Amino acid sequence: MDLALIQAAYIIAAILFILSLAGLSRHETAKDGNVLGMVGMAVALAATLWLAGRTAEWSNWVLIAVAMAIGASIGIWRARRVEMTGMPELIAMLHSFVGLAAVLVGYNSYLADPAGADGVHLVEVFLGVFIGAVTFTGSIVAFLKLSARISSRPLMLPRRHWLNLAAVVTSSGLLVWFVASHTLAPLVLMTAIALAFGWHLVASIGGGDMPVVVSMLNSYSGWAAAAAGFMLGNDLLIVTGALVGSSGAYLSYIMCKAMNRSFVSVIAGGFGSDGAVSNADVDYGEHRETNAEDVADLLTHASSVVITPGYGMAVAQAQYPVAELTAKLRERGVAVRFGIHPVAGRLPGHMNVLLAEARVPYDIVLEMDEINADFPDTDVVLVIGANDTVNPAAAEDPTSPIAGMPVLEVWKAKQVIVFKRSMAAGYAGVQNPLFFRDNSAMLFGDAKERVEDIIKAL
Amino acid sequence: MQIGVPRETRARETRVAATPKTVAQLVGLGYDVVVESEAGHAASFDDEAYAAAGARVVDRAEAWGSDIVHKVNAPSDDEIALLRPGATLVGLLAPALSPDLVERLRAAEVTALAMDAVPRISRAQSLDVLSSMANIAGYRAVVEAAHEFGSFFTGQVTAAGKVPPAKVLVVGAGVAGLAAIGTARSLGAIVRATDARPEVAEQVESMGAEFLAVGAPETGPSATGYATEMGEDYNRRAAELYAAQAPDVDIIVTTALIPGRPAPRLITAEMVATMRPGSVIVDMAAANGGNVEGSVADELVVTPHGVKIIGYTDLPARLPTQASQLYGTNLVNLMKLLTPATDGELTLDLEDVVQRGMTVVRDGELLWPPPATAVSAAPVAAPAASAQVVAKQPPTPPDPRRKYVLMAVGAIAFAAIAAASPASFLGHFTVFALAVVVGYYVIGNVHHALHTPLMSVTNAISGIIVVGALLQLGSWQLIPGATGTVVAVLAFVATLVASINIFGGFLVTRRMLTMFRKG
Repeated sequence: MDLALIQAAYIIAAILFILSLAGLSRHETAKDGNVLGMVGMAVALAATLWLAGRTAEWSNWVLIAVAMAIGASIGIWRARRVEMTGMPELIAMLHSFVGLAAVLVGYNSYLADPAGADGVHLVEVFLGVFIGAVTFTGSIVAFLKLSARISSRPLMLPRRHWLNLAAVVTSSGLLVWFVASHTLAPLVLMTAIALAFGWHLVASIGGGDMPVVVSMLNSYSGWAAAAAGFMLGNDLLIVTGALVGSSGAYLSYIMCKAMNRSFVSVIAGGFGSDGAVSNADVDYGEHRETNAEDVADLLTHASSVVITPGYGMAVAQAQYPVAELTAKLRERGVAVRFGIHPVAGRLPGHMNVLLAEARVPYDIVLEMDEINADFPDTDVVLVIGANDTVNPAAAEDPTSPIAGMPVLEVWKAKQVIVFKRSMAAGYAGVQNPLFFRDNSAMLFGDAKERVEDIIKAL
Repeated sequence: MQIGVPRETRARETRVAATPKTVAQLVGLGYDVVVESEAGHAASFDDEAYAAAGARVVDRAEAWGSDIVHKVNAPSDDEIALLRPGATLVGLLAPALSPDLVERLRAAEVTALAMDAVPRISRAQSLDVLSSMANIAGYRAVVEAAHEFGSFFTGQVTAAGKVPPAKVLVVGAGVAGLAAIGTARSLGAIVRATDARPEVAEQVESMGAEFLAVGAPETGPSATGYATEMGEDYNRRAAELYAAQAPDVDIIVTTALIPGRPAPRLITAEMVATMRPGSVIVDMAAANGGNVEGSVADELVVTPHGVKIIGYTDLPARLPTQASQLYGTNLVNLMKLLTPATDGELTLDLEDVVQRGMTVVRDGELLWPPPATAVSAAPVAAPAASAQVVAKQPPTPPDPRRKYVLMAVGAIAFAAIAAASPASFLGHFTVFALAVVVGYYVIGNVHHALHTPLMSVTNAISGIIVVGALLQLGSWQLIPGATGTVVAVLAFVATLVASINIFGGFLVTRRMLTMFRKG
């Protein structure tokens, strides 16, 4: 009776999670989706606690209460405090927690009954710990890179592909040993290898590929949860893990498509990572510099303006002045819109969140495919902290390393203003011919200060 | 160094080589600027405005006696006599058309820079006076035509009857032609344009006009960026096109100029005669002999048939304020190039193709004509196309059968594993497989702007792993010995971090979602 009720509660929770993700697909239903997720989680927790209550004594309840209370307060504290520019770090951190929990639950599952477990269960434990450990250290490296605590440049170990392959092959060998012997040693060895493997995997991927890495880790954390579900025989965990796993995989797929690169080549790293600017010896001519007053003048006389932000806007924290500029121009009847490249920023949808934080209405924030056709009719494009995502070489130069990558076709607009700190090449190490076009002008300096100058000049 | 801006003396010249705005910029480059009294009068800039911008207002002799003299037109003999030896003169000198002038400047031992000899490369665009003046001239040509034309440009349906729109033919789609197209379009006319260079068709269409191709094979981009003279076959076909258009259009604007050569004769008297009475022709090449038979420089000619032919050569000067401002800005950009240190000292670098191209004489040494400079814009298309052929080695399409073989192998492998697995595993696996598919379809519809909230909510729900940790934390005491304690500690930590995910994930999602708002 109890078990049936609990099973029912789990099914309800699983359905609520599916509805929650479905709700998040549209702005109108997103908040309801989040609430459904919370309700689902509450139902699942209540059922689990009831189930735990069959064996728990008061000391167990104290431990459970203390652990959840500490976790909840840390979670609430971080959620309230986090800056929107710091979202990628937070997300990466949360991924690492799922990985860690999967490792610990896996160990416990083994320790609870090391001798009596059958082979299938041991394989499940092994896989769960492996995925969890990779997710754990991979997410920690991603977190460190995103928060600039370590260099975001790809780590280039010699024979790195062979190292990765060796890690996987060794782990497979350890799996055989583990199933045969039922001992702890192979599990511990594999955990160490998986931790190192996860670390190396993400360390060798550069900062500009972070949107893919973060969504890939999101996917891994889901698979880790699903693996835990298999070892515990819990369908709710399996369903939830599979949902999260496929969501992360799908997002990674979108990101890779937006960079015209295969998932494998992103994971293998090394895009423009030799540090050399290709085509450096090609003479693109000279760039033209402009100043804030002239840009202000240009903007007041424009009838349609498109702003294409990139990671540089987040670094400079320029989203607030950009939003103010947008509001001012809209008051004057200038049609201002935003064009967001799928891989702008360090997290899928990062730019949207930053603009929303600065109170830019979401209906003027458009996707690349929605806005690309409109550039020829646009008077002024402001490129703020973006580089590779607006590079005409991707569309026009078949020999370019980024050839074929879909980009925002800003150069088709009548006038392009590029906000940039210097003439350095973008993440991909590819020179950008946009800067040397006749219809583009450079506005050098910190994006935030320059936008504020323009607002003053208006 | 001192820059002098004298008053222009040529008849009908209204422009001036500096405006108060450009004077301030020149002062900013470190120069002393003197302006001849009344120099900007015709362009609506008074002496007080120049003084306020930092210039001294002086008499004619002092302006001409400066180290650097900024002029619009070429100087007269008297004016050359006023120049100090060693001075630098900048202006529209037309060195190719006036060898006498070049010789006199050489004899005067000055340095002369011709603003109309700037090479047509992207880098020099900011000093390209021909472009900036042609732009004004093209605009004004249409305004002059509208002034003489007896009807509206735009079509209207009024209570007093229907007005058809005017039809305008623009011959030559250079800077002036494109400006004329834009102006005529914005007045509401139907505009057609033709040019010997087929690659400008796109530019013409982008301005809203229809491009009439001559359809001769031998045209192509020229190395200098300007049109060159055409062969006979081309000329015959072009003449057929003009003859067909003349009776149909109301306005013809011709802009065909080949630098240093007499203007090509495009519109014959017979074609003019086929036009409707009241039609207007603006011959922008009248100064160089005219594209239109019967046009007279600086005059409005009315044919016996009632067609008006405008041959004004001072079109930019008919917009003196704007023309002076653009010309002055071109000069400021030149001075920026010549004053790399911003210290008011002019340094002429003859290694630079732009500076070399425009230097006619230097300190009495003849440097005209300069070595040829290839334009950087036009002829790029062809090599790029060939590069494409080389680079795009079509990847061998994967054999479609391979995919099916792989799928079959996968299915067999799975069947083998499934056969060896207990029933409970398969039950769970069914749930897993279906959930992956459901997840894929649910996520596939998510709006791109919500990707970040989606990730944080999936973070929160993957905290469901707490279920495992909670059950272990609720039953650790059943495991005997020290292992039980280890399990308790591990489960405690797992519960803690999973709780961070649950609470943190949902809360931060809510925080983000409340920020999204509709305009």
